[in-house]
Amino acid sequence: MTDSRLRRTMLYVPGNMPSMLQNVPLFKCDSVILDLEDAVNYAEKDAARNLVRRFLSTWKERDKEVLVRINPLHTEWGRDDLAAILPEMPDAIRLPMCETAEQALELDAELTQYESAQGLATGRFAILPSIETVKSVLNAYAIATSSKRIFGLAFGAEDYTASMGIARTNSGEDLMHPRMMIVMAAKAAGIQAIDTVFSDVGDMDALRRETELVKRLGYTGKCLVNPRQIDIIHEVFAPKQEEIDYAQEVVEAIRQAHESGTGVASLRGRMVDAPIVKRALHTLRAAYAQGLTDTPVDEEILHG
Amino acid sequence: MARNSLGREIPEIFNGKRYIPYRDPHAIEPETFHFQRASRVLKRNYSGSSKVVGGLREAIVASGLKDGMTISTHHHLRNGDRLLNDLVREIDALGIRDIKIASSSIHIVHAELIPYIRKGVITALECGVNGPIGEQISKGELTCPIVVRSHGGRARSVISGEVPIDVAFLAAPCCDEYGNFNGFYGPSACGSLGYALVDAQYARKVVAVTDHLVPYPALPFSVAQNIVDIVATVDSLGDPRKIVSSTTQLTKDPMGLLIAKYAATVIDSSGYLKNGFSFQTGTGGISLAVAGHVRDMMRARRIKGSFGCGGITGFFVDMLDEGLFEGLFDVQCFDLKAVESIGRNRKHQEMSAGLYANPFNMGAVVNRLDCAILSATEIDVDFNVNVNTESSGLLLHNTGGHCDVAKGAKVSIIVCPSIRGRLPMVRDEVTTITTPGETVGVVVTERGIAVNDHLPELKAELIRRRAPVKDIHDLRDEIYAATGAPKPVEFTDEVVGLIEYLDGTIIDTVRTVRA
Repeated sequence: MTDSRLRRTMLYVPGNMPSMLQNVPLFKCDSVILDLEDAVNYAEKDAARNLVRRFLSTWKERDKEVLVRINPLHTEWGRDDLAAILPEMPDAIRLPMCETAEQALELDAELTQYESAQGLATGRFAILPSIETVKSVLNAYAIATSSKRIFGLAFGAEDYTASMGIARTNSGEDLMHPRMMIVMAAKAAGIQAIDTVFSDVGDMDALRRETELVKRLGYTGKCLVNPRQIDIIHEVFAPKQEEIDYAQEVVEAIRQAHESGTGVASLRGRMVDAPIVKRALHTLRAAYAQGLTDTPVDEEILHG
Repeated sequence: MARNSLGREIPEIFNGKRYIPYRDPHAIEPETFHFQRASRVLKRNYSGSSKVVGGLREAIVASGLKDGMTISTHHHLRNGDRLLNDLVREIDALGIRDIKIASSSIHIVHAELIPYIRKGVITALECGVNGPIGEQISKGELTCPIVVRSHGGRARSVISGEVPIDVAFLAAPCCDEYGNFNGFYGPSACGSLGYALVDAQYARKVVAVTDHLVPYPALPFSVAQNIVDIVATVDSLGDPRKIVSSTTQLTKDPMGLLIAKYAATVIDSSGYLKNGFSFQTGTGGISLAVAGHVRDMMRARRIKGSFGCGGITGFFVDMLDEGLFEGLFDVQCFDLKAVESIGRNRKHQEMSAGLYANPFNMGAVVNRLDCAILSATEIDVDFNVNVNTESSGLLLHNTGGHCDVAKGAKVSIIVCPSIRGRLPMVRDEVTTITTPGETVGVVVTERGIAVNDHLPELKAELIRRRAPVKDIHDLRDEIYAATGAPKPVEFTDEVVGLIEYLDGTIIDTVRTVRA
């Protein structure tokens, strides 16, 4: 799925906490992941599912992307989660513990069935698979390319380190290899790479360092568990002024090219084509979201 | 009963005194109303002998305190104060009755006074209260007429003689035998004596009460020997560790942090955040988080502010020490770090409540404020703010400097969560009006920012920055959509207290809650 929506911050909110759910519309993250899986203990699975469904039914003016992390489809709750949640029209389903392309396709089939039954466009619901075991890291490219609904791969470090039998550290060497594997698989598939949560909410400096690292690796966003982390992640993903200037030049060059009837332009002696324009638009989207530019991005410019 | 300009029914006479209903923030000109400065009889003391008369009881006797008189204390030790409780116990033991208390504030610790109110030792409160006394008065369980005043309003009423203080018993943490004293040192050091400075100047008799008598002279003095009549010694004035009025930690609550971020955006958009910037904020996690943003912006842009003001916290002290402000004006210290600072740094200036906020003088410090952060228990769609009562209708909080600062500062910013305990905090009408809406600049909640009409440029700038600016009616509607419209509290017709505006007019009343 060639979806370049801004997803710098994907905030987990436990599905069984009304006090946090009621504030979801107010958080300034790009996406919210309402969690029915790990944040909710067995005894509260039904209650959380009802609460999330009711919350979504009252949240009419959604200003951010909404994902629901369901329980895996092989558990006793997975299909009930889908049945309860899909009528409230989340944007996407986060699929935990996705280890193979077949598991992604299984969810894809469920979604297709629901969409056709309801007369919705196929692909209305997107999928964000969690790459969080050694096996899923090794299968990352197959998973990434298994369904058109998949707009990105999301790394989950806690389960990954458990599946490796190692402890997670704040320095991150232990995660270097899976991070590289996932971002390469995602880029090869033309989708986004979203990094794992940083769970030490007391250490904002380490959060900043980790976010800077994954940005350098090619990740475009990060999951998080505490809203206090949003601002720092946004700051890290904010483009630099020279990047904004260049992106604006790219957009202007391609606009002029379109006016003269061609889809390719030249800027500073280099060819400007669709991938470069896409990256420029992403830069400008991030710049606008961060308040660094005053004009919203003209998404039509790519197509002339 | 008369109706004031905000539609509140005000008794013309309360507890034997005549009051003027509130009209607007500029209605009362002291010259037109022939206000005078309070005078007291000139006295002489040619003796150089010690003024120490003994303990509290001896001091009460020596002061000539009689039935029907008015006394005062200061509240610099806040909830750690022991003096007022000990004093009233001694007054009762001496058989004196019908005493009015005109202290600068009364705290939860002073719930010990309740039996003496029932007994008739205390028959009126010429000051606002925090905690159980107000609660019981609001419930009709305790009878004691009460007039709530702001810090500036209280200074005005004492200076003009509207509230004549017969004897001021002033806790003096570091005092000599001839009556020089300060609050900087000693076991009960509370720092600034800003409220006491007014009483020391205008009370008919001044008693310095100390638990730390030092050899003459106690320097530097805040109150000097020439206006002190009597010195009394006690074991302890109280516990300065309880000065801290609320939290001194920045909030970690995500909604509180969101409010603080919006408030910081308002300050940044006001145009005043540049060299010479002046700022006031209180205690509490949100206010401190705003101060944190202000500090970071000043650091990053190398801004040198002119002054920080108000009740001073360690946070402001750090900003002063870092060179972010030229100085601090301190009417009261809110924590022990501020106490320590005022004793060592001449740029941390003690300030009397009159200098701080008395509206009837040649210029209060609040007039020089650019931006101020203020709190609220409720806000209405006309920007009127309540800080005295809660949505239960109970009188639980004193005004502090709220209406003084709102009127003085160029941009007064109210920070308040939109919902507390399932109740909406932005409402059609507030339970009690403390501060009139026309003196309020901006209301900041986690659901959005409402800008009052008199600041159109600030509003435009906030919109330009894509801050969540909302009409205050829309903000109310959004909150009501979550909470429902609140059911009004039912009150009786019995007026048990007045809320005085800083100019002495009556902006609202306190009535007993119908059980």
